[in-house]
Amino acid sequence: MLKIGDVLLVSIQVELEDQVVLELQDDLAARIVDSGASGVVIDITAVEIVDSFVGRMLATTAAISRMLDAQTVVVGMRPAVAITLVELGLSLGGVRTALTLEKGLEILARRDDSRPAQL
Amino acid sequence: MSGLAPVPDAEHESVPIGSNDDVVRARQLVRALAQQCKLSLVDQTKLVTAASELARNTLVYGGGGVMRVGLVRRDGRVGVTAVFEDSGPGIPDVDQALTDGWTSGGGLGLGLSGARRLVDDFTLQTEVGGGTQVAVTKWAR
Ligand SMILES: Nc1ncnc2c1ncn2[C@@H]1O[C@H](COP(=O)(O)OP(=O)(O)O)[C@@H](O)[C@H]1O
Ligand SMILES: [Mg+2]
Repeated sequence: MLKIGDVLLVSIQVELEDQVVLELQDDLAARIVDSGASGVVIDITAVEIVDSFVGRMLATTAAISRMLDAQTVVVGMRPAVAITLVELGLSLGGVRTALTLEKGLEILARRDDSRPAQL
Repeated sequence: MSGLAPVPDAEHESVPIGSNDDVVRARQLVRALAQQCKLSLVDQTKLVTAASELARNTLVYGGGGVMRVGLVRRDGRVGVTAVFEDSGPGIPDVDQALTDGWTSGGGLGLGLSGARRLVDDFTLQTEVGGGTQVAVTKWAR
């Protein structure tokens, strides 16, 4: 997990077993609070399949970070993964996605500008 | 379970499904065979995703079991068949289990129904108290 400015970057590089997926979800929540991050980018460029377990982790992570006042963007989803997810029945409605890391960071930067100024 | 499994006739491999590690191994083996029979990338992804769902069900609900996987040939076509088998509690109401969003655990209830959509052939045999067997096939186009 890497912190760039206000953003936590998580890059999923290996094939994850279920237990590791759950640990990642918990670690992320803790890191958001500790670091005061306003955004989270989850990079799944290297991920070959997203099944309902990983899909749920992405959705849950997005929901948790929203509650902790951070926005999550999932970047780098492969076309075959997107097609498969939709057919599986998971459209990940609550999860913001962007095609590239760069675009994901852009979305988060825009969101940060629109945050009301602290009194 | 009784009855002949719709199993890969020729060379097939067995993987025990007893841990989260095994689920990962099962996915990798299915992926290797899907590549070998030249499924498109999208079809590979669909089959491996279905296998991941079914392997997890074998582990979580079936109390563990085995996956057998291999290449199949029919009418001049080549495909990959994966069979997931356990001797767990079985499924009392199959229609319900195949309904999108229905789960008896804490899942999303998309594993069985989603897997059925992702493959070309899908068969489910189950017996309360006797176990569950799910076979899926994806054919190369
Ligand atoms: N191998 C199995 N043995 C017993 N019950 C099963 C098995 N596979 C699936 N089921 C039942 O079918 C339900 C639906 O499965 P699934 O669609 O994969 O959803 P989920 O895994 O999210 O519960 C499960 O909650 C479980 O009750
Ligand atoms: Mg399942």
